[in-house]
Parts: sequence; C-alpha cells; structure tokens
Amino acid sequence: MPKNPRRSFLQLSGIAALAGCGAQPGAKTEEEKLPSELGKPIRAYGERSQFETAKRAVPDLKRPQIGSTRTPLAETEGIITPSSLHFERHHAGVPELDPAKHTLLLHGLVDRPLVFTVADLKRLPSASHIYFVECAGNSGGEWKAPGGANAAASFGLASCSEWTGVPLKILLEEAGLKKEGKWLVAEGADACKMSRSLPIDKALDDCLVAYAQNGEAIRPEQGYPLRLVVPGYEGNVNVKWLRQIKVVDQPNQTKDETSKYTDLLADGTSRQFTFVMDAKSVITYPSGGQKLTGPGFQEIRGLAWSGRGVIDRVDVSTDGGKTWQKAALQEPRLPKAFTRFRLPWHWDGKETEIVARAVDSSGYTQPGRDELTAARGMNSAYHYNGVKVWKIAADGSVKNG
Amino acid sequence: MAKLLPVILLTICAASAQKYHVGRAATAADIKSTDQFIAPDGTGLPPGKGTAADGRDIYERRCARCHGKQGQGDEEGPLAGGKGTLSTAKPLKTVGSFWPYATTIYDYVHRAMPFDNPGLLDANQTYAVTALILHLNGIIGEKDEMNAQTLPKVKMPNRDGFVKDTRPDTGKKKK
Repeated sequence: MPKNPRRSFLQLSGIAALAGCGAQPGAKTEEEKLPSELGKPIRAYGERSQFETAKRAVPDLKRPQIGSTRTPLAETEGIITPSSLHFERHHAGVPELDPAKHTLLLHGLVDRPLVFTVADLKRLPSASHIYFVECAGNSGGEWKAPGGANAAASFGLASCSEWTGVPLKILLEEAGLKKEGKWLVAEGADACKMSRSLPIDKALDDCLVAYAQNGEAIRPEQGYPLRLVVPGYEGNVNVKWLRQIKVVDQPNQTKDETSKYTDLLADGTSRQFTFVMDAKSVITYPSGGQKLTGPGFQEIRGLAWSGRGVIDRVDVSTDGGKTWQKAALQEPRLPKAFTRFRLPWHWDGKETEIVARAVDSSGYTQPGRDELTAARGMNSAYHYNGVKVWKIAADGSVKNG
Repeated sequence: MAKLLPVILLTICAASAQKYHVGRAATAADIKSTDQFIAPDGTGLPPGKGTAADGRDIYERRCARCHGKQGQGDEEGPLAGGKGTLSTAKPLKTVGSFWPYATTIYDYVHRAMPFDNPGLLDANQTYAVTALILHLNGIIGEKDEMNAQTLPKVKMPNRDGFVKDTRPDTGKKKK
C-alpha cells in the first residue's frame, strides 16, 4: 500500500479518466482535478522511486571484500541491467581510485611502451556496445543438483550493460605490437592486483578499455575508472580497475587461470583458458519464488545470451519438455548481449513445469543438465549452462525444478 | 620491383607508427614500479632466496590463521594435500594436487597475500613462504633453496593435468 493513500487515489482516478470511464466532465471536484500538494523539487542526481525494492542480496560473509552479489534478474526488464544492480565479484574489495591520478601502463612486447591517463583515453576514438558480462561460476551450484531457488540464485552472476571506451586494438597499434606478442596479461588496481592472460587475437578483435557503463562513468564495483571488457568471455577476464596491460609471448599462468577458472573433468584433467560463455537462457517470469495469482493469461518472459554470437531462437516448453514453442525475440538481437524472449501463455491452473532453451548463431543448442554432466562429470564447477526448469504448483507458487 | 620496395618499406613502417600521439612514453621507472608479473619460465623473478625452514616463522605469523599451520586449511581453503583426488567424487584442489606452475605461488603470494596486507612480504620472505608451501606438499625438501633459478625448475605434480578447451562438447543441434 503506498504511503499516501490520497495521492494514490488521485493517480487511480487519473488513469480511470484516461481510460474514458471516469466521472462526467464537469463533475470532478476541485481536489480530483489538481494535485493538492506540490511534488518534490528538481534534483541533481536521480534516485528510483521509494516504492521500488529490487536489490542484490548481500550474503553474510566473514570477509565481505571477497565474495559476490547477484543481479535480481527476475526484477529487471528489457536487456539492460541497471548499473546499480550489476552483479559483483570481488577478490580484495572495491578500491577507491581517483581518475585524475589513475593511469594505464601498456608495455611488454611493443615498440613503444605507453602510459595513458583516463583523460588521454577519452580523447581517442571511442565505441559503445551492449555486452553481457557473466561470471564463469554462474550457475555453478547446478552441477551437483538443480539448486537455485530463484533466478538470481541460479543465474544472477550475469548482467548486461552498454559499455563505452577505446577499442583495445587502437591502444595496441598505438604502442606498436611486436610479432612475438601472442598474449597479454591484464592487471587490476585492487588490493590483490587481480590479473588474467588473454590471447592477442581476442585483444585485437572486439575488446574495449571501457570508462563508461550505461551512459555514465563505470560504477566503482564494476571497475571505475577503467575496465577491460572482453565480449562473450568469462567475467573474470573483464579485468576491473585496469591499470596495466603487458604484451607477452606466453600466458602468465596467474592464480586465477590455474587454481581457479579451470574446469575439472571426470578423468582428473582440467580444461584451461575456457574463455567463451556458451549459450544460456533462463525464464525470469514465472520463476522461483514468484506466485501466479490464478489461472489465465500469463506472459512468459526470460533472458538468453551467448558468448559465441547472436541468439537465433529460444524454445519454451510449458509441459516439462514434452512439447516446445518458439518464443518471440525482442529486437535488436545483439551479439554477446542479453536477448529478451517472450511467449504468451494461458495457464490452466494445473501443476506443470516450464523451461526454456536457447539456440545461438553458431548452431549451438543449450543443453540439459544430463548432457553437461555426461561430457564433463560433476566437478567442473565453472561454465554450467544447462536449461533451468521451474515447477509451478496448483496454487501458483513457483519453485526450483 | 626496385621502385616498389621503398613503398613497401614505408607501408611496413607506417603500420607500426603512432597514429594519435596520445599518452606519454613509459619510462623504465614506470615499468619497474608497476610490472610485478612472474612468468612460468621465471621471467620477472627478483634476486633473493629462501627455504621452507626460513618461511616457517612468517607463515605462522601471517598465513596460518587462514590456511592452517600445516597448510591444511582453516578459514580459507587448504594449500596442501589432495594428492590423487582429482578424478574422485570429492576432488581436493590444492597447490600440491592442482597448481601446474610453482612460479604462480611466488606471483600470487607477492601480489595478493596476506589478504589484509598484500605486498607485505619482501622477495626473501616470498621465496621462503613459497618454499614452505611446496615443502608442505612434499614437493621439495625443508632446506631446498628457492630462488630465481630453482623455482621455475620445480616440477609440479599436476603440471601435465591441464588440457585445451575443446568446447563445444555439448549443444548439438536438435530437431
């Protein structure tokens, strides 16, 4: 219930008038015609309505500087994640960096090692692209069993933003890449100086040294003032608080590309440098924790994405996978970005299971859990992209399937 | 052909030339103060040395609270043990059972540890703590000296346990 019942009544009557079913013209009281009190004044920086409550659940951690929060995917619309709700994964807290002092050092196997200030980078040719960022550990809990109680818990280490910055290719060309330079290693300015190696071909393809996210400076927890954006690749290589790029002839074998972010297989070997995020989708409505108010029309909504390209198709089943229907895909469908899908549905009020599966432009179809565990065993930890089943009970409650 | 040669050379030079002249040249001091990467072949390892015996004191004061006195883990995951578990139902990934390169220990300890005060350890202390972690895993002896020459030569038990990404291994087209 809104805090001001009278204002709420006025809003309702306004809507009724617009719909053409309000009181007769001339019959309105003075109070109905005009707001009885002034609204809030203009302000320098906007905040959301006091009635909106979507948030990233913050787990109770002994060391909150090393941990993650998840995007409440079921409470976002369209394909852009509000910057304030972008998932977090930090390894040593969020540093406070002054953009007037922060620099990016580019060196190693280049003709001219260079230092760029943030202002320097903003002078260079810029580009803006919408890309998802997804942690390789997203949905990792699903390996053992379909576990996540809701869309955030299962899939919320994924978010999508418009990123603006300098194409990394421009910086590498400016420094003059030597032909022995096959990899680069990127380092953040957080306390642990998180670092990852990246093949030079990807660096020259579509990476950005980004300084803006969704129209404003990147948020501190997303890497302010500079973040390496590596489209379609696991979140960890999208190095935040970027302060150094060194061109090298071999991967550096950093802690986060050896002991972590490697995928253990059933035979005891581990895949390394598993960068690409495979196609994935999740139904966000109806999804775990929600409750349908009753039988009748429901619009099934969800998100799909792929690190290998564009989402070509999303199939939705409302009978536990027996039959599938093609969902409508919201244009524009962008490569390595969220795509919103929708399917009109008439719920008959009976218990059922709903599930979506994405197909991307490489022809890859999102697998089921059995297919993934057959290929990789149970202990891969990362890169789980299986379909997510939601169970709808006869009372309308939606639970993890 | 003789006429073309200068054109070709000019093109090659142009490909490597600065186009925007934005940013400044990095000095040797800029690089030295920022670059602390240690490559698996040992590139970047500083002068200095340490043994497991040398590392015991600093480890107990600054590392054991989280990682356990014998590296068995406590508030954080274990550093030692787990040998032979990777293909079992309960794999235990530790430095000894999982990490492919010993140089990574130096790189990570130096840049990121201790958690609440990263960068605290000097080169000798970092070599010593690295040696202790290797010793706790039975990979080197207590008095084996780790330095810029010896550390890259340590063969980690799981060195050959990593394979290339062969995905897509799932997701074949359905009807």
